[in-house]
Amino acid sequence: MLEIKNLTVSIGDRKILDGLNLTVQDGEVAAIMGPNGTGKSTLSYVIAGKPGYTVDGGEVLLDGENILGLGPDERAGKGVFLAFQYPVEIPGVATMTFLKAALNAQRRQRGEEELTTPDFMKKVREASKLLEIKDEILRRALNVGFSGGEKKRMDILQMALLEPNTAILDETDSGLDIDAIRIVSEGVNKLRTAKRSFLLITHYQRLLDYIVPDTVHVMARGKIVRTGGKDLALELEKNGYRDFAATPEAA
Amino acid sequence: MSRIASIPTGAETALASQFGAAKADLPGNAAVKSLRDSAFDVFARSGLPNRRIEAWHYTDLRGSMAEAFPLAPAPDAAAIEAVRRELAAEGAPLGPRLIVLDGTFIAELSSPLPAGAQVRALASVLAEDNPALIDKLAAAGFGGGDAIVALNAALMQDGVVIEIAAGADIAEPIEIVYATAVKTPVARFFRSLVVVGQGAKVRVAERSLGAGGRTGQTIGCLIFDVADNAEVGHSVAVTKTELGSLRLDTFIANLGANVTFDSFALIHGEGLVRRQIFMRLSGDDTKAALRGVSLLSGRDHADTTLDVEHVGRGCEGRETFRYVLDERATGVFQGRIRVAKGAQKTDGKMMSRALLLSDDVVMNNKPELEIFADDVACGHGATCGGLDANQLFYLQARGLPRAEAEALLLEAFAAELAGEIEHEGLADAFRADIAEWLVTRGQRG
Repeated sequence: MLEIKNLTVSIGDRKILDGLNLTVQDGEVAAIMGPNGTGKSTLSYVIAGKPGYTVDGGEVLLDGENILGLGPDERAGKGVFLAFQYPVEIPGVATMTFLKAALNAQRRQRGEEELTTPDFMKKVREASKLLEIKDEILRRALNVGFSGGEKKRMDILQMALLEPNTAILDETDSGLDIDAIRIVSEGVNKLRTAKRSFLLITHYQRLLDYIVPDTVHVMARGKIVRTGGKDLALELEKNGYRDFAATPEAA
Repeated sequence: MSRIASIPTGAETALASQFGAAKADLPGNAAVKSLRDSAFDVFARSGLPNRRIEAWHYTDLRGSMAEAFPLAPAPDAAAIEAVRRELAAEGAPLGPRLIVLDGTFIAELSSPLPAGAQVRALASVLAEDNPALIDKLAAAGFGGGDAIVALNAALMQDGVVIEIAAGADIAEPIEIVYATAVKTPVARFFRSLVVVGQGAKVRVAERSLGAGGRTGQTIGCLIFDVADNAEVGHSVAVTKTELGSLRLDTFIANLGANVTFDSFALIHGEGLVRRQIFMRLSGDDTKAALRGVSLLSGRDHADTTLDVEHVGRGCEGRETFRYVLDERATGVFQGRIRVAKGAQKTDGKMMSRALLLSDDVVMNNKPELEIFADDVACGHGATCGGLDANQLFYLQARGLPRAEAEALLLEAFAAELAGEIEHEGLADAFRADIAEWLVTRGQRG
């Protein structure tokens, strides 16, 4: 379970998150929607532990434990996974080398045995089949020369391999065509379990046609301003965000 | 402007007396002896290079070379036996090995070369009446009067002269292996020549055995003379140089027409290292690539200075160098591309990238272009920076601890160029060497 309590975050002198409260239960798919510049991406980065943000107050609790003092790698080991809005290209690092290093680093952190190469290969094959990722992509350097859709699928592949308890998907639909959204969404839907919580950050309602959320939260001015069921997304699609004016500062 | 005369340093005085004492015994016929005399004059006029000499501005040898060690003695039977044991302890060689022991080629420790290739000791070539080879060895048009090239020519003790027949295809790399059996600090001067005939294919790899090339003072010169249509590869490992050692490598390449040439250097160690490269693309339509990786920590100092001269038309030059600098290390990259008036359609790109891992490192980058032709595409770039914060975060967000994420990124940065070597065994050996350096760095830090 992910609980965010009264979270206030700034970059330099600019306050981005302002007393944000949010709870995502085990197995719940929560969507966060909101106009540009309200701090949606900041929220995802702060949960994952990206440096450069100042937490002025509040807590991020993962199953009751505050993770704000942990490094990004420690949070990952505890089950936090961030699917990036823009997955990073890493020239010279082979995709398979990276996948194995990430998987084993997390297992080491949890005191588990490292995977054998055959077991690792089996897991990768299963996950890449699920996400329609070709072997040729797996042989390249990580995300280098990948299309937008390939990068997003590679991120979801990592989610499938790493089996997090809390997955944050930051604008996973941005830059994707309908076919890519379908593949990515089907991948995500297959990874839904009774234990795994999802936080979907999205600007448009479109993604929620494919990944149907349990709850929808509207974020504006650095906090959650309204919470409802999946119908709230449809209402926003119709009326826009004009009822929730954005602050001038962007994030 | 009159030259400011400076008082010779102890090292300069010692070099002069060494040359005086040794020249009667150094190999070579009368013509070679006169070459040695005039080369030493060139050296004596300028003395050890210092920061007032532009090409040596960032590596002040006069300041850092406190003394000149005595010339290495000719290896005796015991020395040869010791190296034989060292070689036996190594794994299977990649290809034929030529052993240069304290500056002297040891035929009895070396492998025979395959058909189409032959090797002789420099000393025996210098004693022959073979003006064509002596000319190539003198490489008079290269180095622009550089004092260290001249010093090497004056004092060269031995080396290898490799000749590849026209059309020969030498499948496995020919290794030149530097070995030592001397425990006291000595200086070794060697000069080697590789003559590649028309259309021949060959790869030459220089490396160290044990402390060879890693201790004392090593002043070497390797010359490639490549005929038309040949395909030539070269690599050198200047690695694990010991504290207080001095390694001055000069690399000269004269390339004919339609040649494919590539060279890779890996540099790391605690000694002072300078690699100077003089390459001329004499014929048309030649493709040449120079690459290098320097991994520096502590107070290491490594200097790569290159001078690439485009003379032929339609040639492609690629100079790609990477530095990883940590702690208080100093890196130097000076690259000059010259395009002669007739060298139209030259395509030249030079790039130096440095990763600075500490606030106390120094990286001196000096790229230069001198273009006298009007229809060329030449560019250069130089960057200095830290590891990419977004890449680091991405890797950490997937569970890699910071040190492991850094090591993965550093390895990717450094090993990418080694991967361009078109010989798997060599590329793997360089990758392993880079990985080992990174592990050692990780353990220190």
